[in-house]
Amino acid sequence: MTVQATPVDAYESGARIGLFRGNKPIRPGRIVMWTLLLMGGIAMVMPFIFMISTSLKYPWEIYDLRLIPNEPTLENYIFVLADGRFFRWFLNSLLIATLTTVSVVFFDSLVGYVLCKFDFRGRWLVFIAILSTLMIPTEMLVIPWYLMSQSFGWLDTYWGIMFPGIMTGFGTFLMKQFFESVPDDFIHAARIDGLNEFQIWWQVAMPLVTPALSALAIFVFLGNWTAFLWPLIVTTDTDLYTIPVGLASFSVEAQVQWELIMTGASLATIPTLVVFLVFQRYIIRGVVLTGLKG
Amino acid sequence: MVTGFYHRMSISQKLAMWAWIFLIPAVLFYSIIRFYPTFNSFWISLTDWDLLSEANFIGFENYARMLQDPVFWKVFGNTFAYLFLGTPISLVIAFVVAYYLDQVRFMHGFIRALYFIPFLTTAVAMAWVWRWFYQPVPIGVFNNVLSALGMEAQPFLRSTTQALPAILAPAIWAGLGFQIVIFMAGIRAIPDSYYEAARIDGAGKWQILREITIPLLRPTIVFLVVISSIGFLRIFDQVFNMTPQGDGGPLNSTKPLVLYIYETGFDVFDMGYAAAQTVVLFLILLVITLLQLRLLRAT
Repeated sequence: MTVQATPVDAYESGARIGLFRGNKPIRPGRIVMWTLLLMGGIAMVMPFIFMISTSLKYPWEIYDLRLIPNEPTLENYIFVLADGRFFRWFLNSLLIATLTTVSVVFFDSLVGYVLCKFDFRGRWLVFIAILSTLMIPTEMLVIPWYLMSQSFGWLDTYWGIMFPGIMTGFGTFLMKQFFESVPDDFIHAARIDGLNEFQIWWQVAMPLVTPALSALAIFVFLGNWTAFLWPLIVTTDTDLYTIPVGLASFSVEAQVQWELIMTGASLATIPTLVVFLVFQRYIIRGVVLTGLKG
Repeated sequence: MVTGFYHRMSISQKLAMWAWIFLIPAVLFYSIIRFYPTFNSFWISLTDWDLLSEANFIGFENYARMLQDPVFWKVFGNTFAYLFLGTPISLVIAFVVAYYLDQVRFMHGFIRALYFIPFLTTAVAMAWVWRWFYQPVPIGVFNNVLSALGMEAQPFLRSTTQALPAILAPAIWAGLGFQIVIFMAGIRAIPDSYYEAARIDGAGKWQILREITIPLLRPTIVFLVVISSIGFLRIFDQVFNMTPQGDGGPLNSTKPLVLYIYETGFDVFDMGYAAAQTVVLFLILLVITLLQLRLLRAT
């Protein structure tokens, strides 16, 4: 555990003096390197800049590639939001991603904890079984899921969109590894203090693994927010579309009205960008943490 | 009576009982929503099911059909084209950026954020932005830039040869930030003393890179190769949203396996054949995962 945590700590710490790592002297070569990196970074975000800029333009201006519109307008946003579909899709995505995240964080950490801290016959079987699901691609399951949804009446319901993702093998594996860092003595002490097993997990073990929990939550939320294939299959009612499915159908409908398509794309993207700017450090830390563990 | 029974159990029996109580939802979930569908998929792949009529067992006919289906082979080739172009290109770019960005302190967080942002966005939204970039002359950004530079306009998404790399570009772009962050974490995990020792021995920059950094990054590289390979093999969102009818055109030149599965299953409702294709995808991913385990064990 400590060995695996090192890269993150190494990445987060380090001398914070000087323009370059290890306080290397400033030389022309290093300045060129820095400039190239910055330019590459700006190139990386150009698609967003073009997207937002075009969403603020009148149709006759979109052929003009200037980034700042001559007459900026919010008319595209007013038009796109007018019929309320985007609000609906936005709320659908928010609800689905939130509920799924809560469920995954709860169950994956509970199962991870049980597999890590309880000794019982069949533990390895359960662990290996859950681990083996990591090898099964979603695409292989969508046909049976669709048939299942059809026979249980789950097509075009929130539950139908969510049910395949309410637990994940990846998260369980991740949490099992993180619970290794919780000393067994804490658990024994809590047991002697008269806490029941559920309380020990929730009140003693869980607070000790919050970095892992938040990393898992970020990953799951993002995955559900951007998920496309399954929501596309399971929904035909536009009222139940998630943002990606709604945006795809909206864009097909808008045909060559690129300013409207860019407005829709901006509406789908801006919320995640805002969240990223607020929680940047945690998100990158979480990616490193889960990436290295996974 | 129940409590009496509980009190008579030993501590380890009690713990085992609690463990299984906690595991009930998971056991149900994994059996019903993971394992049953997996076996169900294998079974459907051996039938001629089309959602309307009864499923008949037809043995390996769907697999035999696949071997003779020119579209399947085209799709199979495309899928590996995405993999063999996407993985090396994205890893080389990511490594170069990470290697140099690692040495930068000034505005490090800001530059890193610029590279990382695309990773957090919805692939569908970005596919439409890139689709717009690739449009012909009066509209598309790329062709406008080309014509401003006095170069010939390119067909991009309308060409059977350019469309696949054109669709791959946003997929590579979106994954770079993740790979860079993981590479940097890997680079920083290498103890400074290794570098110092190498420098004392008179090793140059290139030698240090070749003989210390890259070999010690091997687990990171294996991890990223596998993660991005799986990602490129499962490409779908970009192709569905960037090709004119969402059909992997022109002339199937960009259609990946997952899109073919989607069409076979949910446009034509040829569930048996679609399930057989998903089994093939599963086998490809299985081989990649096993290769990863082998490579990691070798280190």
